[in-house]
Parts: sequence; structure tokens; C-alpha cells
Amino acid sequence: MKRVIISVIALAFAINGQAQRIKGSDTMLPLSQKEAESYMKTNSTFKVTVTGGGSGVGIAALIDNTTDLAQSSRKIKMDEKIKLQESGVTYKEVIAAYDALAVVVNPNNGVSQLTREQLEGIFIGKIKNWKEVGGDDAKIIVYSRETSSGTYEFFKEHVMNKKNFANDVLSMPATGAIIQSVSQTKGAIGYVGLAYLDKSVKAIKVSYDKGKNYVEPSMVNAKNKTYPVVRPLYYYYSTKVENKVKPYLDFVLSAEGQKIVESVGYVPLK
Amino acid sequence: MKTKPFHKKLFEKIIEGILALSGSITSLAVLLIVIFLFKEGLGLFNRSPISEGFVLAVNKDNPISKIDAKLVKQIFDQEITNWETVGGKKDSIILFHLDDINSIYTEAQIGENLENLPNCISNVVDSIGGIVAFVPKSYIKSDFKGKVIEPVNITPKEFLLGKEWYPTAEPSAQMGVLPILLGTLWVSLGAILLSLPLGLAVAIYMAEIANARVRNTFKPIIELLAGIPSVIYGFFGLVVIVPFIQSIFNLPVGETALAGSIILAIMALPTIITIAEDSLRTTPRSMKEASLALGASRWQTIYRIVIPYSISGITAAAILGIGRAIGETMAVLMVTGNAAVIPSSFLEPVRTIPATIAAELGESPKDGLHYQALFILGSILFIMTLIINLTVEYISSRNKLGKR
Repeated sequence: MKRVIISVIALAFAINGQAQRIKGSDTMLPLSQKEAESYMKTNSTFKVTVTGGGSGVGIAALIDNTTDLAQSSRKIKMDEKIKLQESGVTYKEVIAAYDALAVVVNPNNGVSQLTREQLEGIFIGKIKNWKEVGGDDAKIIVYSRETSSGTYEFFKEHVMNKKNFANDVLSMPATGAIIQSVSQTKGAIGYVGLAYLDKSVKAIKVSYDKGKNYVEPSMVNAKNKTYPVVRPLYYYYSTKVENKVKPYLDFVLSAEGQKIVESVGYVPLK
Repeated sequence: MKTKPFHKKLFEKIIEGILALSGSITSLAVLLIVIFLFKEGLGLFNRSPISEGFVLAVNKDNPISKIDAKLVKQIFDQEITNWETVGGKKDSIILFHLDDINSIYTEAQIGENLENLPNCISNVVDSIGGIVAFVPKSYIKSDFKGKVIEPVNITPKEFLLGKEWYPTAEPSAQMGVLPILLGTLWVSLGAILLSLPLGLAVAIYMAEIANARVRNTFKPIIELLAGIPSVIYGFFGLVVIVPFIQSIFNLPVGETALAGSIILAIMALPTIITIAEDSLRTTPRSMKEASLALGASRWQTIYRIVIPYSISGITAAAILGIGRAIGETMAVLMVTGNAAVIPSSFLEPVRTIPATIAAELGESPKDGLHYQALFILGSILFIMTLIINLTVEYISSRNKLGKR
């Protein structure tokens, strides 16, 4: 009996030794969870635990060596790079998928397309009324994500030409909250990941060439690269654990893994 | 005299030891948490607001050598476009980010491993008079032909009185917590204005007027209110109260300080009712009977005898209610809109300290500026609740003296 218990414990440790920890961005949480589930099904000895917390948390864990893979919805920052260097970690970066951001308004809003310049004006607070962009005479209510979210950084960089948001924008803790608020506020505008689009809000067609072509945010347009507001989703890992994480990453990048990417609502690499 | 057997005494001693130990461990844990909070936060002051690892560089002929963080933001938002505005020469400002290097030099010129990059940056800064370049420190070598300008470091005064909260802005973060501080106090004030009259009314009703059967039904229901998770309140607020406020006041947006105050008022009610009722009940029966015997009506007895007698308990209830409201995170985060502007009415979005910490800490790089700023906010919140608790202690101790 004793021997059985000991061997069970030993086995548990052996499996634990194989376990990989993934930590970071909440945006990537559903993706990593689905990937990990399918990956563990391919081989019963593989074990992956996925936790969220935010991109910063993930990279901080990588610095402290408390995770094997850091998932991040933004590119690693300069000061994080310096910290990694200081703690002697050489890291590698893998792009796992793309995420398209859609600008959404209330379904009752007459406006259905905007140029990048107009979006910039709205989000930095220069354009304050919908009639300035061809809509009704109503105040524009801007919803944004929290300053530290990867989505916020990406929107600022790609749509607003790195300018800062107006200080009276409403910042919401989660994408779901933005959808809820935009659907119940008449003059609202916000931005969400493509995967979160539903019928309670209206997606805006965006033009990045000063109004010549307006492109609708959709999986097809994101895949054929005509839709411009697309961001990469990253995995970071230390080169020390490369052998350990390689099989998982290979799985994510395989045809099967990329199929999961699409089923979760993100844009596959190819 | 009969003495206890030795092993029993030993047993008692051990139990005593365990109790004392757990007490001291708890106190130690509290102290450690507080020390940790302040230790993590205080590094913020006298630190440069520029993103770590980066510097701002200008042409060597530019007379400016020190620059305010606020001006840096305005320059990079292209609100200030001439050096004259910030005290320099009359020359338009040209912004330069590291990515812009690719439009000036070809990849071959920069080199495969970026070995010529320091040189390229140096040349660019040297050749354009009005340039301000935001580049990594590691690419500034000793033969750099431009001038590195120093931003003014973050001071406690600027931190507490600053009006702009852009903790992740590049190149220079804006750490003004005044709007967040006032937002917290504002929402809590609204909550207490709503919950105190209502809570007091319920407490008086339950302590003095209601019969035992009614009280026995009400009390568990009110106590149940305290057991509902705050995120449920938040969800309720977002889906029910926010649209309601929006349509009733005909506002463009329903996420307002008022919505936060209403939710917090509901959450503070159980605390206020329970404590106020307990203190109302401590009024000695003899005092009430004396009042009634003198011909005072029931209502006169309540507001002339019962309330004055238990006023310190009622104050403690109100203050503990505020304490509950100030520290509440999730519910407020979901319904107040979180816009960091100084509130001027209850029908505007506000941002509170707990909401800011909860929403931002997860994504902030460890030991960075933003991370430390959030810890300072936590320290400020701690000091606020400490003051509240000390006030409660003071009031209840005064009460004991009075009764003597």
C-alpha cells in the first residue's frame, strides 16, 4: 500500500515537472485556454496551466521566472526589456495570432463610416459632436479601455497617431462593459476586439486612405489584410525553457492550432 | 487548596501560547503589509517621468535644458508646435520617434544588427534644428552630437495637485491624482448623503417602533444585503441603475457619480443599520420610561431621548459606512465611467482610487513608474481609512467617558 502511495506521489511530481505555466494578457486568455485544452488532449502526459492578470503581469512573471510563457497583447516595452536583461533572461518572441479591433457605435447612430483622421479627432477630444462627422446633433460619448490594457495602447498607437486620449473619456474595465454601455448610450463610440462584436452594437467602416476606401471589420477582411486595425498577439519565453515550451508553441502554430485561433474569434496567421 | 495536575496546566499554557502567537502574527502581517505598501510606492518621488530606458534629445543649439512633464505631453500631442512657447527660440518643433529612422536611413545604412543606429540618431538630431527625439538611452553614445534634456522629476506636490492622470503616456507620464482623490471623496459623500437618512430611519423603526415579528423578518433580509458580492451590485448598477439615471435626467451618458453613490449607499446600508440599531437599543429602559411618564409622546421620546443618548453610536455607524464606501472597488469600477476629471456635479463620470488600482495594476510593468504611482494611491487610501477608523475610536471612547 505504502509503495502505491509513494509511486502515485512520484508520478504526480513527474507530471508536474512537465507542466507549463502560461500567464498574462486577459485578451489572450480564451485563446490560450482553448489551445491548451486541445494540446493536452493530443498527449495525456502534457499539462498546461493558463492564468490571466494582464500583459504586464505576464511579463513581470517572466522576469521573476514564475511562468514559462508570458502571453501579451502588446509588444514588450523598453523598460521591461531592460529588466529582463538585468535579471539575465534572454527571451524569444512568437506571434501566435492577430486580433482585429472594431470601432463600434450605438445601433441607432446614423454614422456608419469614419476616416482614421476623424477617429483621431473624436478620441483626442477635438471632435465633440456627431454632426461634425455627418451624424445627428448629439454629443459624442467616448468609451475607452483602461490605460494599462494592451488594447488601449494598440488603439492609441495605430489609430490616434500616438496622441493621448482626451481626459474625459470613460474608461471601462472590460470589453463586455464597453459593449453594454455603447448599446445603451445613444451618442456612444468605443472600440472592441473583433471576437466580441455582436448585434447590440454597430461596427463602423474605417478608412485609412483619407476616405477613398472604407473597409468593414470582419474576419474575411482581416484575413486578406484589407482591414487596417489589426494587432499581433504575442507569446514571450526565456530561451532556457525553449525545449519545454516548444511543443506547445508548435501546436499553436500548426494548422490545427490556427483553426482554434479562428474558432475563438481571432485572426489566424495565414 | 487543590492544584491542577501538571499536564493540564501545561495544556493551558500551550493554548495560551498559541492564542498569543496568532495575535502577534496577525499584527505583524498587518504591519508588514503597510510597510510593503509604502516601500513600493515611495520610490516614485524624485524619479524622472520619462519612460524608463529612454531619453529626450534636442539639437545642441537648442537653449532648453530642463522641461516640465506637462509640456512634454503637450509637445508630443502636437498642442505646442513652437519652441517659443516653452521658452526657446522661434522655431517649429519636429517630433522624432525611433521608428521614424526608417524613413530617413535605409536598412543597409542602419546595419543588420543596428550597429550604426547610434550614429544615425546622432546625425539626425544634429541636422534638424527644431527636433526633439524620443530614443532609447542605450543608443546615445559618448560622441552624441545632440543634447539630452532633463525633465523635471516628480514631486509630491505635483503628484497630489496635478490634474492629469496619464500614467502610461509616452514619452512622459502624467501623474496627477487630484481628480481621482476628489472623485473618491465625491462618490463617498454622495453615498453617505443617500444612505444615512435611510439607514437611520430603518434603524429607528427597527429599534423603537417595529414589533418583534417584523424585526425578526427584516433583520435577516438586511443582513443578507451585506452578503451579496460587490460585483453583483456592480452588474445590477450597470444594467439597471445606469440606464435609469440616463433616462430620468435626460443625460447623454448614465455612468455617473450618482450611479456610484446609489450603489455604494445600498452597500453601506447594512453596516449603518446594524450599528445604529444596536446603539439605539442601548438606551436604558428607565430613561425611556421616565420620558413617557412625563407625558412625552413616543416620537418626542425618540428624538429627544433615544437619539441624543446614542448619538455617538450613530456617528460611528455613519463613519464606518463611509469607510465601506471609500474602499469599495468592483461595483464602483463598473458604474462610474472612470473618467479622470475633477467632478463638478453628481451627474458626471468620476474615477475613484480603488477602481484605478484594480483596473490598472494588472498591466503595469513591475517597479515601473506606473506601478509605484498605484502603490502611492493605495497608501493614500490606507491613510484615509486609518483616519476614519481613528475617528470612530475617538468618538466611542468619548462616549464611554460621557456615560460615567
